Amino acid sequence: MDLAYNEEYEAFRAEVQQFLKENKSKAPKGRAGWGNPDEESKAWQQLLIKHGYAARTIPKEYGGYGAEPDILKNHIIAEEFANAKVRPGHSGDARLVPVVLELGTEEQKHALVGPTIRGEMTWCQGYSEPGSGSDLASLSTKAVLEGDEWVINGQKIWTSGAQYADMCFCLVRTEPDAPKHKGISYLIFTMDTPGIEVRPLVTMTGEAIFNETFFTDVRVPKEQIIGKRGEGWFVANATLKHERGSLGDPNQLEARFRALVSILKNEKIDGKPLIEMPLYRDQLVRLQARMLSMKYNGMRILTASNNNKEPGLPRWIVKLVGCELNHQMAALAIDAMGELGVLYDESPYLRDYGMWQRNYMLDLGLIIGGGTAQIQKNMIGERALGLPKEPKLKAS
Amino acid sequence: MEFALSEEQRMLQDSITGYLESKCTLDEVRQAAEDNVTKPSDVWQGISELGILGIVIPEELGGVGLGFLDAALVAEALGRAVAPVPFIGSSIMAPVALLNAGDERQKETWLPKIASGDTVFGVGVSEQIGRRETDGIVSSAGKLTGKAMFVVDGLDADMLIIADDNGALHIVDANANGVTRQKLKTIDKTRALAEIIFEDAEAELLPRSEKSNEALLKTIDAGRIMLAADSMGASDVMIEKAVAYAKERKQFNRVIGSFQAVKHMCAEMASELEPCRSLLWYAAHSMNHIPEESRVLACHAKAHLSEVGRFVARTSTEVHGGMGFTDLLGLHYWFKRIGLDRQLLGAPELIREEAAVAQGW
Repeated sequence: MDLAYNEEYEAFRAEVQQFLKENKSKAPKGRAGWGNPDEESKAWQQLLIKHGYAARTIPKEYGGYGAEPDILKNHIIAEEFANAKVRPGHSGDARLVPVVLELGTEEQKHALVGPTIRGEMTWCQGYSEPGSGSDLASLSTKAVLEGDEWVINGQKIWTSGAQYADMCFCLVRTEPDAPKHKGISYLIFTMDTPGIEVRPLVTMTGEAIFNETFFTDVRVPKEQIIGKRGEGWFVANATLKHERGSLGDPNQLEARFRALVSILKNEKIDGKPLIEMPLYRDQLVRLQARMLSMKYNGMRILTASNNNKEPGLPRWIVKLVGCELNHQMAALAIDAMGELGVLYDESPYLRDYGMWQRNYMLDLGLIIGGGTAQIQKNMIGERALGLPKEPKLKAS
Repeated sequence: MEFALSEEQRMLQDSITGYLESKCTLDEVRQAAEDNVTKPSDVWQGISELGILGIVIPEELGGVGLGFLDAALVAEALGRAVAPVPFIGSSIMAPVALLNAGDERQKETWLPKIASGDTVFGVGVSEQIGRRETDGIVSSAGKLTGKAMFVVDGLDADMLIIADDNGALHIVDANANGVTRQKLKTIDKTRALAEIIFEDAEAELLPRSEKSNEALLKTIDAGRIMLAADSMGASDVMIEKAVAYAKERKQFNRVIGSFQAVKHMCAEMASELEPCRSLLWYAAHSMNHIPEESRVLACHAKAHLSEVGRFVARTSTEVHGGMGFTDLLGLHYWFKRIGLDRQLLGAPELIREEAAVAQGW
């Protein structure tokens, strides 16, 4: 147990801090929005790639910074950007870029990675279908090879950002006679291909975060496939692994906890701050213990990964526990606001720009999305605890 | 940056767990419980030979001079084994009190004897946490009068450390005139708690506890972290047993662990408990290395492990179905161990209030 960083890392931290001090003013304000990045965001991302604070380990030849993987340095970058409240960079689309680097052809790597990490090429994910949610492998959108082209027909749902995205990575059934996991391929195509129709799907937060996306005789060149025909399920699992890793992030938990403390200090009933009332402070301290335990759990994962060890159970639980905890923190903030807690949009008296109500709803979306809480529990039970799978029903 | 147990710590853990698995079996625990023994001589002998009784005592005073994280690993192993031996009071809280409040002579007299197992200490500080059923303890002219409840390891103790109403700490000979001990029968037969009545009993002040309650708080914090560790070990076992049972027990021609209802209970227990391990490590580590955080962290470790321990104890019992409810299976020893850990030295609501105060809320 040694919580200090050695000289090399402290020097690196100083370097990041210096960079932030000098360049903070160039960073776009606020969080990245839902649409495609604007010019300011792209310029910021370029600057970060140049200094190795974004796309850090992506090879230079594909447009990245080309550093050796170093988990602690990544962690220091994330920490310092969070402390300085500066918008961090990204490594392109975290779901797609690692997959292209791992499984794409040389041509695909050159064509896709650079523009994606620079924010010039944006993506949406065509996985879920109305009839295939948790049982994703049962998906039925099909692609048939006609000459040199795939012809795609079917429907996707929950395609976040499809209304802005330049490109789609999409799972389609190409081998209808193979077992369900072995009949899927992973195709990529531009969203302006004829035959694609995007219908925004407004969520309970009032925003069109998702879409329904319809494909009618969409023709895609044969070589726009990642991995081999019929291996799309395994390619997709590589991306889901990356997506899950980011949900329930402990840095985010801690930031939200601080905001929760502020609201309990600022909200008063008859002049008395809520944080001085036993029922509220008890709940606050309860949540703090959970938040801290996930923070230290994150340090444990970091250490294991840094030593090239599989973190095991500590990693398996992050999405399940982290998303639930976020949701509970938002719930307490809303309760603390009492009747004010129902205010939304641009209402007078609105607290924190309405983020608590919005997050309370959005978090429920995250508890469901990216593998529902119940699917997470199945995975923890089966993969981490070794409990047997549910016996398959015989097809009737 | 390395947030993990060291090689030495894993070896320590393995050697104690290994010893207890072979020498402190459920049969042994059950026998001791039936005989009303909370310090069976063979187990006591064994753990004194392992050197863990002096784990936090400096080497020059006969101990092994390790930190609270190492001590927590020992407490966790004892919790795993539901081991009926004095440890948290005698080997942790008493040395912490002596080291932080005692003078040189007191330390030199008692610490080597604690480390060697020659002297067992009981520690009574409950009157400083949430006083019940007593009017407290008055210290006057080197004598104590009053009643201390729930003295940790108090029944098997040769010597006592007792907090008076002002929070000052005193050493008292447990067999001296004016000291009457009574066993408090508890749910958990593996631990020895006592009520102790003092009538003008000779007492020796630990001088540095007179004007500052720092040593008292440190003693309580250390005790709480060890209780949390004890619950961590006991909860781990309860999950292991539930998972093993769910893999073996068949109903409707299937092992019950293949039913999602049962599988999810197991997954929920594991998801709740696993982050506690990191919280416990950090809290124990902070006692030696990040003292400015240790007060709050000790509160969190104790309160949170109490909540999660309770959840695991009831859920594991439920996974075992009717068998979980029986004496025969013996699962109840862990259930009760966790139950006692929760109540001792402050139940969670009280401790969370302390954590809030310590943060200026």
